[in-house]
Amino acid sequence: MELLLAIVIGILYAAGIYMMLRRSLVKLIIGLILLGNGANMLIFLLGRIKKGSPPIIPDSSSVFIEAYADPIPQALILTAIVISFGLQAFAIVLIKRVYQVVGTDDLDKINNMEETL
Amino acid sequence: MTDISIVLPVLLPLMIAIFLLFFWGKVQSQKWISILGSLAVLGYSIWLFAKVYSGGLLTMQAGNWEAPFGITLVADVFSVTMILLTSIAGLAVSIFSAASISSSRIRFGYFPILHLLLMGLNGAFLTGDIFNLYVWFEIIIIASFVLMTLGSEKSQLESAVNYVVMNLLASVIFLTAIAILYGIAGTLNMADLSIKVAEIENRGLVNVTALLFFVGFGIKSAVFPLYFWLPSSYHTPPSAVAAIFGGLLTKVGVYALLRVFTLIFIPDSFLSTLLLAVAALTLITGAFGALIQSNVRKMISYLIVCHIGFMMAGLAMYTDTALTGAAFYLIHDVIVKTNVFILLGIVFIMYGSFKLPELGGLYADYPKLAIVMALVLFSLVGIPPLSGFWPKLFLFEAAFDTESYIMIGALIFASFITLVVIAKLWSQIFWKANPKIVVVNRQLPSFMELSWSKRALLITPLLLLTAVSLYIGLGAENIVKLSSQIANDLMDPSAYIEAVLGTKSQTP
Repeated sequence: MELLLAIVIGILYAAGIYMMLRRSLVKLIIGLILLGNGANMLIFLLGRIKKGSPPIIPDSSSVFIEAYADPIPQALILTAIVISFGLQAFAIVLIKRVYQVVGTDDLDKINNMEETL
Repeated sequence: MTDISIVLPVLLPLMIAIFLLFFWGKVQSQKWISILGSLAVLGYSIWLFAKVYSGGLLTMQAGNWEAPFGITLVADVFSVTMILLTSIAGLAVSIFSAASISSSRIRFGYFPILHLLLMGLNGAFLTGDIFNLYVWFEIIIIASFVLMTLGSEKSQLESAVNYVVMNLLASVIFLTAIAILYGIAGTLNMADLSIKVAEIENRGLVNVTALLFFVGFGIKSAVFPLYFWLPSSYHTPPSAVAAIFGGLLTKVGVYALLRVFTLIFIPDSFLSTLLLAVAALTLITGAFGALIQSNVRKMISYLIVCHIGFMMAGLAMYTDTALTGAAFYLIHDVIVKTNVFILLGIVFIMYGSFKLPELGGLYADYPKLAIVMALVLFSLVGIPPLSGFWPKLFLFEAAFDTESYIMIGALIFASFITLVVIAKLWSQIFWKANPKIVVVNRQLPSFMELSWSKRALLITPLLLLTAVSLYIGLGAENIVKLSSQIANDLMDPSAYIEAVLGTKSQTP
């Protein structure tokens, strides 16, 4: 399971960076989304995956006896997902607005216009 | 010691922002609430600063969860100094915004977002938890995105693409670094990390994590290979927004670098070589960039990059003296950079342009104001006894102590180019006769046509910040004491760790 996740994370990061290097604005945002998802999976993986043992102390004891799944990475991922949802929503609105105002989604053309200012 | 009062620098701006929302669309009342609110925050920050400076650092465990498990807020001298600077700059920008931001922007929620940005900055300075720092960074960038794009002018939107993408990328890298750090150390509390990371045997992995943090914070603070977004975006938003961005947003990255690289990752020989190289290259490339610009705001943007190099140099040399210099430079830079952008905003209102060939004759038209502006520009260069001079003394001394002669060369070069750039600004804006180019697209009435109260509102923040920077320069003794205490705390974080973790850190 760890190996599979590690490969998936690697693919997500690679695809994200590849998409960010494209010239289209839309692909840029898709790249950022993939990178963000890769980072979330990385937190999940590095929080040590443990199956079927929730971090709940049974009634019969007062401390944990066996190893348990760490709840913190899931809290972190939840926070990160919420934040990246907000940021991506903003970024998508921004590129739509940029497309309306500038009339292109080619990043090179946007930069050229800026140089002539 | 535990103290609930340190959460107020975060809560006050939040409450002001919420309160402002009730006055949605009412331009005049929003202006006054914003100014009065900023005054209240400033008053509180001064009180908190005095309390921490004389009484030692305060901590607060959110929700009463014991230190390594819950989120900790820590107010040490460094944090409260940054909060004080934020609230001074916040007040100045609030006043300046009231006079210079168009009422259509204010109707679309400029002031609530400004105060949310200030809340994010205060939160980032206070937090003692690395993931919480990430959350505050996100609050800062989302607020800054809105300020950057509010108004939707074409140039603003184009530069916002750079700004948004680079900041999102920095956040992802920062998050990746946190993930790996949590994987290897199993904790997120910065004081706890300080102990745990030192015990990790696989130093290669620690260095990789440190580098990821360096890239994440480096994009935000605009150091050498990662600064290109800054000069291509800071010249487009309104002057008041540029002032808060130039004064504080890159500095929060520097703050995070200073915090993380003194508390968690103590630079070893590899890291300190890297930091030295980055600092020297930031100084040199930023200075070169500033030389060739003809848009004044782009010029100052490159000077921001160049001057980040001074603080990085202080961190890279990593001695008591060097960190004193870095802390002093940080204090000076927040005030002066905010002030320079406000100054350029006033120049824009007077002449309707940011381009050097279209400017001129300010000294002939407004001699008294020109003297004040000269003080600001000379502080930026660091002509003794003004504020930029003292931190350079410490940095030079540290560079001689550590025998990093290339760094001395870079420091001298950057100071010299700054002088050249400012001399160019002075001769072009102030001494040259006005070229009388009729600027098209003039939306604002010229400076003398404005009402008396509006002119007072424009000039007050300039005078306020000039007074502060004069105090930093002339009362340098107090600031040196303050910055050397900050440097001591950074070099020896045991007091910080003890205060956060309680007595548990006593065990060897």
